[in-house]
Amino acid sequence: MPVQGRIVVSDLYCKGCELCVAACPQHVLQLSPDRLTAKGYHPAELAGPGCTGCGICAVVCPEAAITVYRQKMPTRKAAEA
Amino acid sequence: MVMEQILPEEIVYQRPESLVEVSTHYCPGCTHGVAHRLIAEVIDEMGIRDRMIGVASVGCSVFAYNYFDFDWVQAPHGRAPAMATGIKRVLPDRFVVTYQGDGDMASIGMAEVVHAAARGENITVFFINNANYGMTGGQMAPTTLPGQRTTSSPGGRDVETAGYPIRAAELLATLEGASYVVRRSLHDPKNIRLAKKAIRTALEVQAQGMGFSMVELLSICPTNWGMTPVDSLHWLEEHMVPYYPLGDYKVAPMVAQIRI
Ligand SMILES: Cc1ncc(C[n+]2csc(CCOP(=O)(O)OP(=O)(O)O)c2C)c(N)n1
Ligand code: SF4
Ligand code: SF4
Ligand code: SF4
Ligand SMILES: [Mg+2]
Repeated sequence: MPVQGRIVVSDLYCKGCELCVAACPQHVLQLSPDRLTAKGYHPAELAGPGCTGCGICAVVCPEAAITVYRQKMPTRKAAEA
Repeated sequence: MVMEQILPEEIVYQRPESLVEVSTHYCPGCTHGVAHRLIAEVIDEMGIRDRMIGVASVGCSVFAYNYFDFDWVQAPHGRAPAMATGIKRVLPDRFVVTYQGDGDMASIGMAEVVHAAARGENITVFFINNANYGMTGGQMAPTTLPGQRTTSSPGGRDVETAGYPIRAAELLATLEGASYVVRRSLHDPKNIRLAKKAIRTALEVQAQGMGFSMVELLSICPTNWGMTPVDSLHWLEEHMVPYYPLGDYKVAPMVAQIRI
């Protein structure tokens, strides 16, 4: 199983620039087709499963709008025990 | 999603504390925001927020003081390195940085930055090169590429009448007083990471009193370039990087010893 992650995009900061959508190596991001922020932008969101928590979307985001979470992997020892 | 609730999570990335919790006025996709973020991340990591003094310039980043959570002053157009010189000399234990666009630093302010570098002032200049005057509507800057269309060069920059673009990093690197002068770009994740490392190195140079440091960052201006943010990143890579090669233009021997 690949590592699983998720992101949370802040509607306060996101301006729907699409840079994260283009940069995501898993192609799991989209601009929300139906939601608008208070400023009138379609914010980025996860389109489905497959986020690995790699953080690349956060590296390219000009608004520091993205928080990235990743599941803690059990250590090999713990997994074998 | 159920899985995520069952397994413990860790935060891989969150907004740096050195940024104020407000939305910026920058256009969507503008990489001024990436530059802000990287500087804030480095300041968080070095734990130097309470010792920071920023000098904002004139250009789209004139409001930088609203976005970073530490002290700022705002300099007249191009004069940020002169103002930073005074602040640093009076308060040598502070980290003093300027944040300047290409119109600000490489045009009206060229004298100030050249002399600050020549004097080896122990300040750090962050130079955001987006190949035009963004704030005033996308006019030709000293950094506008040959043939590049802007609102004041609608037929493309004609080098016969407007001259050739200035490569600021190469120019400043010739000065004895400059200790660390590099160019990086903000067009993809790998280069953004390298840019962050350079920002860190520049602030370490200042921490250790090694003299003048400057990090030039190639940046996009989607609004005035008339492109989407994603297309702008490609344009930067295809057109700006060949004219403004990325690399280290001056790394003084003592700076090369820094390990981060
Ligand atoms: C003395 C003076 N001359 C001209 C201006 C008009 N002006 C405002 S911003 C600017 C250029 C900004 O370009 P740049 O530094 O490249 O910043 P950007 O907006 O592209 O980030 C100019 C010429 C001014 N504010 N003050
Ligand atoms: S963390 Fe990685 S995989 Fe997940 S949305 Fe961001 S770029 Fe895509
Ligand atoms: S890069 Fe940031 S601002 Fe742009 S769409 Fe993604 S989350 Fe929103
Ligand atoms: S005009 Fe250009 S430089 Fe200024 S905020 Fe908009 S995109 Fe950025
Ligand atoms: Mg500019």
